[in-house]
Amino acid sequence: MSEHIVSKKVYFAIFIALIILTGVTYWVALLDLGPFNAIVALTIAVFKAMLVVLYFMHVRYSSRLTWVFVGAGFFWLAIMVVLTLSDYSTRDWIK
Amino acid sequence: METTEKILEPRADYINNTYGIKSWLLTKDHKRIALLYLGSITVFFFLGGAFAVLIRLELLTPPGDLMQAETYNRMFTMHGIMMVFFFLIPAIPAVLGNFLIPIMIGAKDLAFPRLNLLSWYIYMVGGLFTFIAIVAGGVDTGWTFYTPYSSNYSTSNVIWTGLGIFITGFSSILTGLNFIVTVHTMRAPGLTWFRLPLFVWSHYATSLIMILGTPVIAVTVLMLALERTMKVGIFDPALGGDPVLFQHLFWFYSHPAVYIMVLPAMGVISELVANMTRKNIFGYKFVAFASLAIAVFGFLVWGHHLFTSSQSVYAGMVFSFLSYAVAIPSAVKVFNWTATLYRGSISYQTPLLYAFGFIGLFTIGGMTGLFLAALGLDVHVHDTYFVVAHFHYIMVGGTIMGYLGGLHYWWPKISGRMYPEGWAKFGALVIFIGFNLTFFPQFLAGYLGMPRRYHAYPEEFQVLNVMSTAGASILGVGYLIPMIYLAWSMRYGPKATRNPWGAFGLEWMTASPPPTENFEETPTVTWEAYEFRPVEETVVVGATGGPGDEPDVSGRV
Amino acid sequence: MADTHTAPHTAHTALAHHFDNMEQQREAGTLGMWAFLVTEIMFFGGLFLAYILYRSSYPAEFAAASKGLDALLGGINTVVLICSSLTMALAVYYAQVGNRKLLVIFLWLTVLLGMTFLGVKAVEYKDKFDHHHVPGANFVWEEEGHAPADQTHAAAEEVNTSKIQMFYWLYFAMTGVHALHMIIGIGVMLVLIYMSYKGRFSPEYHSPVELSGLYWHFVDIVWIFLFPLLYLIGAHE
Repeated sequence: MSEHIVSKKVYFAIFIALIILTGVTYWVALLDLGPFNAIVALTIAVFKAMLVVLYFMHVRYSSRLTWVFVGAGFFWLAIMVVLTLSDYSTRDWIK
Repeated sequence: METTEKILEPRADYINNTYGIKSWLLTKDHKRIALLYLGSITVFFFLGGAFAVLIRLELLTPPGDLMQAETYNRMFTMHGIMMVFFFLIPAIPAVLGNFLIPIMIGAKDLAFPRLNLLSWYIYMVGGLFTFIAIVAGGVDTGWTFYTPYSSNYSTSNVIWTGLGIFITGFSSILTGLNFIVTVHTMRAPGLTWFRLPLFVWSHYATSLIMILGTPVIAVTVLMLALERTMKVGIFDPALGGDPVLFQHLFWFYSHPAVYIMVLPAMGVISELVANMTRKNIFGYKFVAFASLAIAVFGFLVWGHHLFTSSQSVYAGMVFSFLSYAVAIPSAVKVFNWTATLYRGSISYQTPLLYAFGFIGLFTIGGMTGLFLAALGLDVHVHDTYFVVAHFHYIMVGGTIMGYLGGLHYWWPKISGRMYPEGWAKFGALVIFIGFNLTFFPQFLAGYLGMPRRYHAYPEEFQVLNVMSTAGASILGVGYLIPMIYLAWSMRYGPKATRNPWGAFGLEWMTASPPPTENFEETPTVTWEAYEFRPVEETVVVGATGGPGDEPDVSGRV
Repeated sequence: MADTHTAPHTAHTALAHHFDNMEQQREAGTLGMWAFLVTEIMFFGGLFLAYILYRSSYPAEFAAASKGLDALLGGINTVVLICSSLTMALAVYYAQVGNRKLLVIFLWLTVLLGMTFLGVKAVEYKDKFDHHHVPGANFVWEEEGHAPADQTHAAAEEVNTSKIQMFYWLYFAMTGVHALHMIIGIGVMLVLIYMSYKGRFSPEYHSPVELSGLYWHFVDIVWIFLFPLLYLIGAHE
């Protein structure tokens, strides 16, 4: 598999998207959405991260194995967070 | 095609092709790096063993008469740290894995030879920091460093030790990284995944754990150091922190770590059982997948160390259930090894004896793990000698037997010499007897209520403790026996042939010891794993052995 | 197995002896760097776990504490890092097409932006130091609108202060570890600049640039999460 060269146009487009999304994050944070503040901020952050991973880090054009590695990393973090929180969030269930 | 001229021609192998200390300390050859590791881990093993001797001496008598309680705390802590981080975790992967994996897949080296060397140096630096901590008085927190004692109260060298562990963790990470990339990208032509030796599968699974788990202990040690120096409240309830958070973070790594310790040993056992019974492992694919399953499931059970910690009982139930689940792939392996033995052409030599020891003792250790996985029962035996016996059955009865079995089995390949079989069998017997005498009484003592990490205990436990100490002294002698004859054999042992066991695998198709590039020519693999053939069908194809080789009777030559 | 087509000198010497061809070497390098980045995910992950836990336990205090940070500076730094990711990606591009001059220029720009980031961070840290918001013995938190604790409110303030402090140790730990990674990244960039200057890279061989790029982007991604999580918690209040 020869190396895929991502074009400069794509890089600039992603860059603009990232800047815009940063602005949106900042602007939305100024509004009071209650619990949704965190959710929106994180959703945008995840989307930005995906853009960086897929295009700047070339994962979009990489082998399936690379995708597995990337996915596994985030999945494992999720395991750690979710199972630990399963303790903290259920401690109060028994009074 | 061999002429008498060849007999006079010295054969260049990885040991003798270059001389001088620089050629060893700056080597990029995975085989030499394996030997560097062999030397270091042996030193750490005996250092950890020395602490064990002191522990068992103290426990000969009920009162705490040999040393103060505070000193005793340092003994069991340093024993645990040395053994876990500096012996058990690196031993099989860094010695046998490093040596064999490239050869088993038909490669010239690992993917990143310089990172491999770096990982040894990192290991040594980490060992140095920990050694400094020992000299400065050691640590008294237990190898588990629980907060708030380790973060707020202990006056011992927690940070030095933590630094040593942090650094050594990178050694583990680099090894795992190297193995994963190597197995993915450097297999010889024709060597598909399901033709790989199970040793490689086990090490691949181990490497997954090394990559995914080790960073968490690193960041945990960092947080502990922060808390100790700045007292900001990370784990301090008075400042809003939770000490149990430390336990979650610590065990998120340290539970999978025990699979780092046992999976490579299981890989060795698969090789020993297949090759010394001249049969393909029963259910090869199941065993391969079981390795992966153990690695993955191993990450889901850490809360079973927190059953009595104030962890939510609902989380406890989830972790308990998952802990039963993780036993299943291990059990699959034990059944499959046993089934392989059935109607096999069994060769009762030392490596297989160690394998038998492993299968029996790992089973006992594993089953007692199920006792511990039961929430209610764990409340009774948590922090007693029952737990101590459980993990020693797996780590010593399991991992160390696997390590010694593998060391003996591949000794001719690594050193080019055969060890003395009589002494080896004797050593294995002494170790087996010593081991059981040391640790079986501990199950009883623990179940009857003797707590762990106490240097004084009620009279009623003395008999069991005396048995355990007696066993430990036998075990200690037992470990010295192979040390001595293996060292002796390096100089005086008979020269080994290319394939003294008639075994199957790429490592047995190259010389003993192998040349630096491992193979004269990269092999192309056209056979399945462990595809033993009856002797009559043996075909000799371009033997690369040296003079004095007997005609091989393996399935492939 | 050996390369039979004529390849530039750099490619031949760049192929390590234990690899069969450049493609294998390149693939191994990429997988190796990704495996390393996975370890970084788990490393930062431990801190993120602590953050999630304590923020969900002390939402009000975390929001109050977060207001002590300058969200504008944080936002500027976010933009700076995104720019540096662009310059890094372009550096890789120019390495791929063999433009040595622009490769060096964009690596320098990446370094410059990285140092800008660190400069802003230094300003922020100094501000925290001046306000006694560095966790530890000298930590002081003044609630807006009251004077520092009087007798009756002392206990409540104490507990409150320690929860605020919880936010700040996380702030310093997470941004500190991140900054350490930035410093290492800048060091790596400088090495790359030296190597590029010496003509070590070509369209056939430039994996150090690519792999370092992966590292750099990863460090950027960590910041993409740190920014909203640390700076924007109580911003709407």
